[in-house]
Amino acid sequence: MIRRQAIVLLTLVGLLVATYLWLYKIGVLGELKCGTGSCEYVQTSRYAELFGLPVALYGVAGYAALLALGLAGLQPRFAADRRVSVLLAAFATVGFGLTLYLTAIELFVLHAICRWCVASAVIMTATWLLSIADLRRARATTP
Amino acid sequence: MKGFYLLLVAVAAIGGGVLWYGSQRQAAPAPSGPVAVAAADGFRGYTLGSDAAPIEIVEYSDFECPFCASFATVQMPVIRTQLIATGKVRWRFRDFPLPTHAYSRYAALAAQCAGEQGKFWEMHDQLFTNHQWAQTGKNPRGLFRDLARGIGLDLDKYDACMDSQRYAGRVQASVQEGEARGVKGTPSFYVNGRPYQGRSASDDFKALVDSLTKKHK
Repeated sequence: MIRRQAIVLLTLVGLLVATYLWLYKIGVLGELKCGTGSCEYVQTSRYAELFGLPVALYGVAGYAALLALGLAGLQPRFAADRRVSVLLAAFATVGFGLTLYLTAIELFVLHAICRWCVASAVIMTATWLLSIADLRRARATTP
Repeated sequence: MKGFYLLLVAVAAIGGGVLWYGSQRQAAPAPSGPVAVAAADGFRGYTLGSDAAPIEIVEYSDFECPFCASFATVQMPVIRTQLIATGKVRWRFRDFPLPTHAYSRYAALAAQCAGEQGKFWEMHDQLFTNHQWAQTGKNPRGLFRDLARGIGLDLDKYDACMDSQRYAGRVQASVQEGEARGVKGTPSFYVNGRPYQGRSASDDFKALVDSLTKKHK
């Protein structure tokens, strides 16, 4: 249960980060608070869009889905349901894959780092590790 | 468990509040917003270098973009010396003010108004060298006027040009051209019409130009 609680908390923070980047992308926020990072460069590059939609929007959708699944998994009737663990791990794996791709773009193509993207990458990586641990626990306890 | 849900609500409330606050404090509206292209004058951008240069590099740039400023102040001087002054490259500057930047379109107008008096590149350099205006969020009208005075512009003509937004259509036409070519961010470059995907570094441009020049021979 503690893993799912951690997943819920992490994905809520991830959802806020992705929403922040998405609001910037659609012009609701005038500027990104980035310190010495390269947020605007990354966010205004061609790689900040995927199939015509802002990458941040995929983040919003992904984190929202993980958050909803995590919250469902906390309900007593789903607490021991292995399907929740499988879905969490599946969604988190897709998110983790996208995170690896985007981080590689930052490091090797753009040569620039957006701090908010790094924050999201850390959150998604931790979520993925927790979801895998939750899946292993579910397997171990399945009769 | 109740404490956990309270924690979630607190995080959501604080995070949502910060986002809402940020959206209310967005950058001040630009002194000159986007305008429809009433009469594009066919202008294709200011250039540096020989018309006979075998290679043309088109740069889509935003005066408020920090990476454009970094490119203009660090890489461009080397490119001017190694590639433009040597006749290998003709450099064409195109405006691509991003909608998320409050004053980039206004800065583009200032450069165009300087260009009207034959000093586009001087204003270009001033806007990028004194780039602190892009970080303050304050209306840069006074600073731009000071820069115009500094490079020797006739201020009466400059003011008339800026107040009438004389070249707003030109800037908008440049944006539309960039969008049609698929420009998504700044700075973006096209080398002899092809999108350039490499690093925005003088060394990389030199290597590409050298390789293209060999092919031409």
